[in-house]
Amino acid sequence: MVDLIIELVIIILKIGIVIGAVMMGVAYMTLAERRLSGFIQDRLGPNRAGPQGLLQPFADGIKLFFKEDFIPDSAEKLLFFIAPGMIFVPALCVIAVIPFGDSLNIFGREIQLRIADVNIGILYIFAIASLGVYGIVLGGWSANNKYTLFGSLRSVAQMISYELALGLSVMGVLMITGSLRLTEVVEVQRSYFFGFIPHWNIFLQPVAFIIFITAAFAETNRLPFDLVEAEQELVGGYHTEYNSMKWGLYFLSEYANVITASAVITTLFFGGWHLPWIEKIPMPQILLELLQIGSFVLKTAFFSIFFIWVRWTFPRFKYNQLMSLGWKVFLPIAILNVLVTGLFYAIFS
Amino acid sequence: MKRVSYKETWVDKLYIPAVLKGLIVTLKHLIRPHKNITIQYPEYKWKPYSHYRGAHRLNKDEQGRIKCVACEMCASACPAHCITIVPAPAPWEDRERYPIKFEINMLRCIYCGFCEEACPEESIELTEVYDFAGNSRRELIWDKEKLLEMYDLTVNEYYKGKPGTFSYSKEKKEK
Amino acid sequence: MEFILFYIFGFIAVVSALLIILQKNPIYSAVFLILTLFSVAILFLLLNAQFVAAVQVLVYAGAIMTLFLFAIMLLNIKYEEKAFSKLANLKITGIFVTFVLFIEFMYMIFLRKGLGIAGNISPEKVAEVGNVELIGKILFTKYLFPFEVASLVLLVAMVGVIVLAKKKF
Repeated sequence: MVDLIIELVIIILKIGIVIGAVMMGVAYMTLAERRLSGFIQDRLGPNRAGPQGLLQPFADGIKLFFKEDFIPDSAEKLLFFIAPGMIFVPALCVIAVIPFGDSLNIFGREIQLRIADVNIGILYIFAIASLGVYGIVLGGWSANNKYTLFGSLRSVAQMISYELALGLSVMGVLMITGSLRLTEVVEVQRSYFFGFIPHWNIFLQPVAFIIFITAAFAETNRLPFDLVEAEQELVGGYHTEYNSMKWGLYFLSEYANVITASAVITTLFFGGWHLPWIEKIPMPQILLELLQIGSFVLKTAFFSIFFIWVRWTFPRFKYNQLMSLGWKVFLPIAILNVLVTGLFYAIFS
Repeated sequence: MKRVSYKETWVDKLYIPAVLKGLIVTLKHLIRPHKNITIQYPEYKWKPYSHYRGAHRLNKDEQGRIKCVACEMCASACPAHCITIVPAPAPWEDRERYPIKFEINMLRCIYCGFCEEACPEESIELTEVYDFAGNSRRELIWDKEKLLEMYDLTVNEYYKGKPGTFSYSKEKKEK
Repeated sequence: MEFILFYIFGFIAVVSALLIILQKNPIYSAVFLILTLFSVAILFLLLNAQFVAAVQVLVYAGAIMTLFLFAIMLLNIKYEEKAFSKLANLKITGIFVTFVLFIEFMYMIFLRKGLGIAGNISPEKVAEVGNVELIGKILFTKYLFPFEVASLVLLVAMVGVIVLAKKKF
């Protein structure tokens, strides 16, 4: 009984820490986005709230909470109310299966550093992430505004098209791993080629990596594929009519999605929490575990910043370009990648 | 006109080299030291050039009296009609009139500098001061005392540094 | 614990399934259909069928329902009421089909003993071999022919769509 309670407490603590870390990451990604965009454009970005603007996310949060919560008269009230939740919950749920470390040994108790280790790991991510589109679609439709409706229509077609490329590009990785379980995906990547190059999937599946990261940009509605928001033509897209904390939820889920996508990229292609070379240096077990968590966080942070970096580099695609890129380029290449990987394995094993 | 057509090679069609090139351009901006672009305003202030037309002042002569003789040339030259002068007989011997009321509506003023050109006594002058503000419209109708006070503030240089640059200056205290 | 979850999500599935047909606004019907599919997926999870649950959410709730919503929004279907009077015959047909389906279910459950675990697949074996591996193996050995036929049907549908779309009217 006591054991059960301790297990329960550990699980709740893990969930709390992971969600807390993601939310802090989201908060500071909003700041990073604004400051880095400033640097890229030779500006300074917000640097007034706290030293170097470090308190800016909290100032923004407080502002959003105290703004008037306005619902348009012609909106479909119920759906308008629940739509932000429908995007926020999946955005947070996806992170549950991602392993962020091996296992910690505290007070003789082995703590697995992941919330859930399910044997359909990557499928779970795709399934839950695919539900995120409803927040956008229903939010845009229920606001009863032509711009929001256009935004949601675009998001539907975009999400469906790029989910295919996203899913098929992962197949190559899964064929190498032989399992959908993300812990095994990481486990396979822990060895070395020739004793010094880490056995990361990026070296085995570079094509899959390029397709995956591009499709991830489209799935998270980030530039250069942010046609769903498209400030210049759609006024802000699906969330035009949203304000105060409801808009804040959309904003937070966008960044939560970016962090999740970065974590998935790290896990699938960059060895997850695997820390190359340094792990060979003898050191206390607990220090190594913490360093591995650190390496996972660092890799994820790098890709999150890469998302920002790309956003301020490339212009937006046209819609027909987006569609033909997804269906005529990425989908065939992804299928070809699966075939080539399969052939390779059929011949060499 | 000679047309030059560029045939895309297969490397171009991959788009990846072009993408990387673009990323490197933004990376250079990202890590480049980028001072001298944004002025951190209250701490750093821009020093205008000498021909800059900012807020007005009323000059004083050597004895500390107002230079103005209330000829109202400035008021008639003003295209925005923002100067109000009420003249009175001067208490001093060297002139007949002086203004007992001299008001400039800083909100109506278009800072054209015509008043400065019209003034025969070199009494009214446009200074380099650009950062003034008020909490009400009334506060921004500057009277004679305020304009004379501007003389004291700006007789020595108001902003530090070389014209066209900006330099660190402490926030001036409100009075 | 599992029984409580089963009753909760079974209840949600049934109620939202009822709400699909009771809603006047087609968008709300679609939302409740998503809810039904999602709670059915959780029922699959309770039966140790993680793969089926994930695919249910991914394909039905994630992809097909999104396209449903897309179509509903594009067609701008007004409230169903006007159209419903024309469909009075369908109502009777619907009741009849539902009744037949109900009888079939009852027959399977009570007379053919369709309940419980069939074959040599138990939760322990699923946990040992892995859910996806098991389904993959069965799909490509025992049920290879139906699997290929299904893919052929999809191919035919795809070709048909392309032919229809290319046709100039």
